[in-house]
Amino acid sequence: MHIPVSRPASPSAGPEAQQALRQALDAYSGQPGNLLPILHELQRCLGCIPDSVVPSLAQALQLSRAEIHGVISFYPLFRTEPAAPTVLEICRAESCQAMGAQALIAHARQRLGCDFHENSRDGQVTLEPVYCLGLCAQSPAVMVNGEAHARMTPAKLDRLLAAGEEQA
Amino acid sequence: MSGAIRIYIPRDAAALAVGANAVAQAVQEEARRRGIDIELIRNGSRGLLWLETLAEVATPQGRVAFGPVEPEDVASLFDAGWHEGRQTHPLCQGLTEEIPYLKRQQRLTFARVGITDPLSLSDYQAHGGYAGLERALTMPAAQIVAEVTESGLRGRGGAAFPTGIKWQTVLNTTAAQKYIACNADEGDSGTFSDRMLMEGDPYTLIEGMTIAGIAVGATYGYIYLRAEYPHAASALNQALENARAAGWLGQDIRGSGLAFDLEVRIGAGAYICGEETSMLESLEGKRGLVRAKPPLPAIQGLFGQPTVINNVISLATVPIILAKGAAHYRDFGMGRSMGTLPFQLAGNVKHGGLVELAFGVTLRELLFDFGGGSASGRPLRAAQVGGPLGAYLPSTQWDVPLDYEAYIAISAMVGHGGIVAFDDSVDMAAMAEYAMEFCAVESCGKCTPCRIGAVRGTEVIQKIRQNHQREQQVHLLRDLCDTMLSGSLCALGGMTPYPVLSALDHFPEDFGLDAPARATH
Repeated sequence: MHIPVSRPASPSAGPEAQQALRQALDAYSGQPGNLLPILHELQRCLGCIPDSVVPSLAQALQLSRAEIHGVISFYPLFRTEPAAPTVLEICRAESCQAMGAQALIAHARQRLGCDFHENSRDGQVTLEPVYCLGLCAQSPAVMVNGEAHARMTPAKLDRLLAAGEEQA
Repeated sequence: MSGAIRIYIPRDAAALAVGANAVAQAVQEEARRRGIDIELIRNGSRGLLWLETLAEVATPQGRVAFGPVEPEDVASLFDAGWHEGRQTHPLCQGLTEEIPYLKRQQRLTFARVGITDPLSLSDYQAHGGYAGLERALTMPAAQIVAEVTESGLRGRGGAAFPTGIKWQTVLNTTAAQKYIACNADEGDSGTFSDRMLMEGDPYTLIEGMTIAGIAVGATYGYIYLRAEYPHAASALNQALENARAAGWLGQDIRGSGLAFDLEVRIGAGAYICGEETSMLESLEGKRGLVRAKPPLPAIQGLFGQPTVINNVISLATVPIILAKGAAHYRDFGMGRSMGTLPFQLAGNVKHGGLVELAFGVTLRELLFDFGGGSASGRPLRAAQVGGPLGAYLPSTQWDVPLDYEAYIAISAMVGHGGIVAFDDSVDMAAMAEYAMEFCAVESCGKCTPCRIGAVRGTEVIQKIRQNHQREQQVHLLRDLCDTMLSGSLCALGGMTPYPVLSALDHFPEDFGLDAPARATH
């Protein structure tokens, strides 16, 4: 399980975060069990779920801060710190391993100068593991900023990352 | 119909991941440049995934397939007259329906996938869609449940529990609110049939859930979909909107007076939420901690209410059972494994893809007759069936028919029908170590044998691989697997021993043990 690094919480959420919180709460108000959709919406707006929104969120949903924190920290996709401009997720699952994922991962680590759950040396890429993208007949597969790419090779990965840098 | 030439280019994630959008764009531009009138349809995938992007041209003889198409092939396809029905281009695969990989399948659940426009309701109905629900609306609830029971349909998510019996329990339980929860958290490596179905024929799932709803008296449903499937999410949400607008969902389904509606909920990367009780916790907005059973979710499930929990493929198979009758479906398969299973050929195979066949086919037929052997050209050595919690099978077991009971008899499981092939470069001790590591990463933490056992298991396998007190560590590993098997609430801790022990038993040489000393269970 990916456990996000905890940092001291900022004293209060900024206006942008408060606005995002209001929007998320409005969008899912009255729906039973709406915490996950709200967290997804917050992360979509803010790039992460900052610690500073947790108290207001807890109050609005009549949950404890610990309960909210527990949910955020349980799910690998929720992050409390923003990711780098490019998020590269490489599949580690069996099918991709059968088609050279280990070599692809070693290549990415070396090129980016970081391990999983870390940012690249230049701060431009966050490297994450993923356990299956459902593209197992075309392994290995990766996802770059939410877009999947199959039949990946180290050379193709370099081209993808270079294209991402140009766009940035 | 106008003179426009129909060209099909899939919108399935498997096609998009190899550049289908760029191909579609190139086809449109090239047609415009040449003044050729085309109608481009973004269909689901036919499941011949090594041929993606597989483009098809409609001709009077049927659809003609071309693949794998890259954007730079498009000009030459037009040069070769593909739009005029000519089949001379080197990428031409002939009539799609005649491709042996497809022709030899028995497609029931996947009957429409790849053929229709996934979001077109009229296309759906023109190909038999909603016939099952229409029939169900004329039947008493108990009779719908009986039909599903008689079909022999068992849970396709892997547990293989009889679907009809589960429904009967929910039907028999009185409550103000009941739910249908569809498990679309398809996290097992080597599986992608749920994804292909949701992207390629989303109305089938919606229809199946609606039938389930009216059968057990549930008025609301959830599809718990993994976040890794964004294209499935958009296809489902669009389909839901269309179905509502056409009166197939809502307070009064097609004037029947019956109500059913549903929504899509997105997970957040936790594999464990594919376990049914963990999924319920997640739907309730909590950490995905596994619940103890009883109470059964069918009696006390989502928000404490009676809940049908079924996998995507189980629910998507219900419409054809209702449309064609229980006997039609039951006549496929063998023994107590009735009907068909959409097998998924993955990993190191030449021709990976989706193969829907009746139960009883063998792994050898799938790996070689369909899969064409390894992608790498090296000999195949092992196949993992049923996802990361399924056993690794050596070639001596590849002739066992794929049937739930026959697989249990060899300490393996059919599961969701995912098959991952490995060639002879695989290190099975490394795969066993990975299985434990995966369990440690994904454990929800509730049961100690899983939470701690998987961490210790990883260490023990590392020691075996490094030859630190190898014999004792092997003994310890077997002991640990036994504890995990009997001391975990759910399949993650309880079944991680399957890949580990099968690797150890069938491939002892990879653990530095003598091959003849292999255990015999």
